[in-house]
Amino acid sequence: MRLARVIGRVVATAKNDALVGRKLLCIQPITSDGQPIGKPLIAVDSIGAGAGEIVFWCRGREASYPFLPDVVPSDCTIVGIVDEVHVRGRGRAR
Amino acid sequence: MILARVIGNVVATQKNERYHGARIMIVQPINLDGSDRGDPILALDAVDAGEGDRVLVVQEGWSASVAATGRPGAAIDATIVGVVDTIDYES
Repeated sequence: MRLARVIGRVVATAKNDALVGRKLLCIQPITSDGQPIGKPLIAVDSIGAGAGEIVFWCRGREASYPFLPDVVPSDCTIVGIVDEVHVRGRGRAR
Repeated sequence: MILARVIGNVVATQKNERYHGARIMIVQPINLDGSDRGDPILALDAVDAGEGDRVLVVQEGWSASVAATGRPGAAIDATIVGVVDTIDYES
């Protein structure tokens, strides 16, 4: 899993049926001390994340598991909202 | 699998229910000689790894889910499955 910050959202009316009613959020992967790293992605939200929050997300086939029994086509799903990040010898991301 | 060093952890109360009770660690992938290799990732701990430990991480969902929660089908893509004592290799 990886850390990211929610930086926006995507609205798509014409989409795969299983995506109907699911929130599509723009996320910027970040390092453990909050620096952006790599390019933004679009993630399906499974936990109620909001703009600006630090989250963690799961990639690959496993990203569709939080929605079972619905079969949701996602390879990038937000599965947790971060309260605190502790890193040895460095500041905290929050 | 990959080798990594545990550099921290993440606290998250609002998370996928399969994560409850699991320790979410931050690990820095490393080369055989211990130098950094790529970016840190999050991995669930299944072997009581501590900060600073060199660990073995599996990055495939089925194995990661089984190792972390005892059964497959969770949205988990990385789990610590071993704490490394020594690495012998010929570069």
